[in-house]
Amino acid sequence: MVKITFVDNSGASQIVDAQPGVSLMRAAVDNGVNGISADCGGACACATCQVYVADEWFAKTGAPAEDEQAMLGFTNSVRGNSRLSCQITLTAALDGMVVTTPEQQT
Amino acid sequence: MDTVMQNSGLLDIPLDRLDVSQHHLFRTGEVLPLFARLRREDPVHYCAQSQNGPYWSVTKHEDIMKVDTNPKVFSSSWENGGIVLDDAQAIPPVKDFVISAFIALDEPRHGVYRRAVQPIVSADSLRSLEDLVRTRTKKVLDSLPRDQVFNWVDLVSIELTTLLLATLFDVPVEDRHLLREWSDVTATLEGMDGFIGHENRIAKLTECLHYFMKLWNDRVNAPPKFDLVSMLAHDPNTRNMTPIDYLSQILVLIVGGNDTTRNTMSATINAINLFPDEYRKVREDRKLIPAMVDEIIRWQTPIPHMRRTALEDFQLRGKLIRKGDKVAMWYYSGNRDEEVFPDGDSVNVNRPNVSRQLSFGFGIHRCMGMNIAKLQLRILWEEMLDRFEFIEMLKPPVRTMSNQINGYTEVMVRIRG
Ligand code: HEM
Ligand code: FES
Repeated sequence: MVKITFVDNSGASQIVDAQPGVSLMRAAVDNGVNGISADCGGACACATCQVYVADEWFAKTGAPAEDEQAMLGFTNSVRGNSRLSCQITLTAALDGMVVTTPEQQT
Repeated sequence: MDTVMQNSGLLDIPLDRLDVSQHHLFRTGEVLPLFARLRREDPVHYCAQSQNGPYWSVTKHEDIMKVDTNPKVFSSSWENGGIVLDDAQAIPPVKDFVISAFIALDEPRHGVYRRAVQPIVSADSLRSLEDLVRTRTKKVLDSLPRDQVFNWVDLVSIELTTLLLATLFDVPVEDRHLLREWSDVTATLEGMDGFIGHENRIAKLTECLHYFMKLWNDRVNAPPKFDLVSMLAHDPNTRNMTPIDYLSQILVLIVGGNDTTRNTMSATINAINLFPDEYRKVREDRKLIPAMVDEIIRWQTPIPHMRRTALEDFQLRGKLIRKGDKVAMWYYSGNRDEEVFPDGDSVNVNRPNVSRQLSFGFGIHRCMGMNIAKLQLRILWEEMLDRFEFIEMLKPPVRTMSNQINGYTEVMVRIRG
């Protein structure tokens, strides 16, 4: 299992154990994590699944593709360490990762 | 409705003669069983002849997502025909008067304009709007007549949406009727109710341009402020645009923020009268308000279609869409696709997957004002429930005759005092 800590905008955190191979978005939605609505169901088309990835983990999540960057560019909350969680596949290498959700999606 | 359909024989018409884009079908509601038929028999449907020439209908949720998320193949640009089936909206009615709003541009120009005004829907901005919206909503609801019949569209829906628009542009609230008029003029084309003729339309839009040029001139040399005009005037990427480009961006913001939310406010009354049990559930548990807001936006689908133009050949569900073809993504149909939303004609506040609804579109053009619309509607619900036991609709509403806007002109109600 891959252990992920989600921290919301108020600082409250929730730890989720997920199967490797699923997306970070799935792990969040299936475990009822607050602050991720994922309206498009993972099609990289709504930007309501944005997370900020802690610096030490960011590189390990891989580089966002062009489509993902375009969608992130149309959010108000994009930062240098933003990712769309539906575009990150969980692997053992991400065990222990910490991500934060924005105050408001899009 | 079934008898209407049997009488009109539309359900038996050969598929190759079926044209779901006829405006009147949207007023009568006849279009819904026709969409159901297409989803069943021919989900990606070619219509060879219509008031707007040949076009494809995409009717399934999954296929609409495929088209909407592929802007490289499916263009929004007005240069290719724009975002509605009616080309007249994209073709300049008078030389040099092209309305090229960012909703009808492809990358990279779309992004330049969108990014300039996007901060208006930031979390900070919405937080500061919340109190204002609440104060105004209270005032409007408190002033409604009791035990008398009135049109909810005029006294509530139009009033609240135009007040908000005036705030977003920072114009005097007394001028809100002008915004409403310009919005209607922009969205009402030949063949629809209320069309005022091409020349009058241009005259009205020119009046709008002059009004907003004055605001621009006042604000471009003043320190930046937090309103849509000031944002465009100060963003280095937009401050040198032509007046017509400027007008275009203003119009999309006026139209986008006006009809859609207005008609959802009117739809709310229709919905609670048709589905009183769902209303009661929300009354008893206010945590259901956001889900109810989403569900009514799905059910209403304020924008029934968005059009794209294929830039290359594309296979969709075994059909070959050819380069240059017009494609209608029928959100109104996808939002009732039985594979995603069973019993989609009903309002159901407990629908588990309502956030997958298509009413705001998906992909890079996804509605910029979504969170503002949801904020206004949530507050309307909260304040309604605080004040009224129920809002009784006295006769069936009068709907607009348009395949571009699912709306209402009349929702006659009475509130007991
Ligand atoms: C219930 C209310 C609303 C609905 C159903 C709605 C629906 C839509 C749809 C279907 C699109 C096009 C999506 C696409 O092409 O994929 C859109 C775009 C847009 N909407 Fe809305 N809208 C609503 C409220 C608002 C409000 C309140 C505003 C402004 C304050 C607004 C501003 C815009 C803008 C600027 C665009 C263009 C976005 C782009 O091209 O990047 N909308 N909306
Ligand atoms: S779920 Fe829509 S972009 Fe990730």
